Amino acid sequence: MTQFYTRMGDGKRVTMAKKEIMCDIEDGIADAVDMGGVPALSQNEIDMLFEIISNKNRIVGVEPGNEVVLSYDIGQLDFTGDNGNSGNGVDVGRLESALLHERALGADTFELAHADYSIKPVKPVIANEMQTMEEIQNEIVAPFFYGAMPNGGLYYAPDGPYGNPADLMREFKIEEAMTAAELTANHLAKDIEYVATRMVTAGADGFNFDTTASAGDADFVGTLKGVAALRRECPNTYIMVGMAGESVMGIHGSIEYEGKIVAGTYPHQQVVFAQKAGANVFGPVVNTNTSKSLAWNLARSVTFVKECVKVAKIPCHVNMGMGVGGIPMCETAPLDAVTRCNKAMVEIAKVDGI
Amino acid sequence: MAVPHYMASGMGGIRSAGDLVARMQFSKNMKIKDAKEYVAKKLGISTLEIADEHVMRELREELKIGVVTGVPGAPRGIAAKMNIEKILNTKINSCEKFRKMTRL
Repeated sequence: MTQFYTRMGDGKRVTMAKKEIMCDIEDGIADAVDMGGVPALSQNEIDMLFEIISNKNRIVGVEPGNEVVLSYDIGQLDFTGDNGNSGNGVDVGRLESALLHERALGADTFELAHADYSIKPVKPVIANEMQTMEEIQNEIVAPFFYGAMPNGGLYYAPDGPYGNPADLMREFKIEEAMTAAELTANHLAKDIEYVATRMVTAGADGFNFDTTASAGDADFVGTLKGVAALRRECPNTYIMVGMAGESVMGIHGSIEYEGKIVAGTYPHQQVVFAQKAGANVFGPVVNTNTSKSLAWNLARSVTFVKECVKVAKIPCHVNMGMGVGGIPMCETAPLDAVTRCNKAMVEIAKVDGI
Repeated sequence: MAVPHYMASGMGGIRSAGDLVARMQFSKNMKIKDAKEYVAKKLGISTLEIADEHVMRELREELKIGVVTGVPGAPRGIAAKMNIEKILNTKINSCEKFRKMTRL
């Protein structure tokens, strides 16, 4: 029986027979259908997925004419960061990093980022960030954003002013936990407005809200309120909202945006909130299960993202980093796996960008 | 991750017309097909050619919208973006700031 080289969700190389790959594709699709209530892929799409996964070449790519926009998160930290950000640990300047991405790495957009990559720590150094934005805008040609995680977790004790919902819930102080989450959402929205409007004043093409809802539903609501405020004050700015995970965690449980509960929503539901708030581009996330195969993870991711793209009125740039979008969860994601996930997202899920 | 993504499906930024397509997605909420058609029409070439480095290298220099190699005298930064504004019929924030500062 012919065996195909493929990967597990942790990146380990394995061989699988066609029957095993097809079985995992079908199981991955079924999991997305079950969890998200999204439609399954068609038989033709399943066959396409198998062809992509079982391709004998090390690297695969889309057909000429099917290229999509490649936008970025994390800015220069992919060079300067440590392994926590899969960074290279190369202490290159922010201007140089931006121009290298534009002129050597084929980036369609890029961004400026604070070393802590969160909204809150930018506030005390906002003037510094504005000056650097002005300087880089003088040299760069491609759209250049400011990027940061909303990171609502920084507003809870011991880092922030509000009680930590996890601690409060453990003490059965449910109402206090919900109040802390609501206060965080409002505080985060104000901080977003403060930071983002100043960066636009400095000439930023726009703002990238990366890893949105990493601290759950209040983080998502706070970000959406911040996005709406930014849209009101800067009607022409570019806004990208990328998510932290496939489903929004219900840390509060019933907090709403525009009258709807956000907890438990999946990409095809999250995008509706993002576009309502004023985002131009949405970044869906689907998490990788390290115990399952590439076939299972990719089929599941494509099923979720295809529905998100279909529902969206704005372009969708799917998150395709380490551990999301079907890509194995490891620091050095294998080329064969990354390019297969890439092709499947473009030609089956029909994403507008990555 | 930049290299495999670009190789597999990326437009290539200013190596081709990826930055221009991105601008239309972000400024007008255009999906990829519409954004590519818009840019191709404005450049007077096909949607296949806008991602072709060979075609775009020459065209970008001719249109003065920024090139990927170091060419003395070729516009880059704000100067290139001002030319992009005219071609795409759009406004770019950093150019607006520059005009305000210089009273152009």
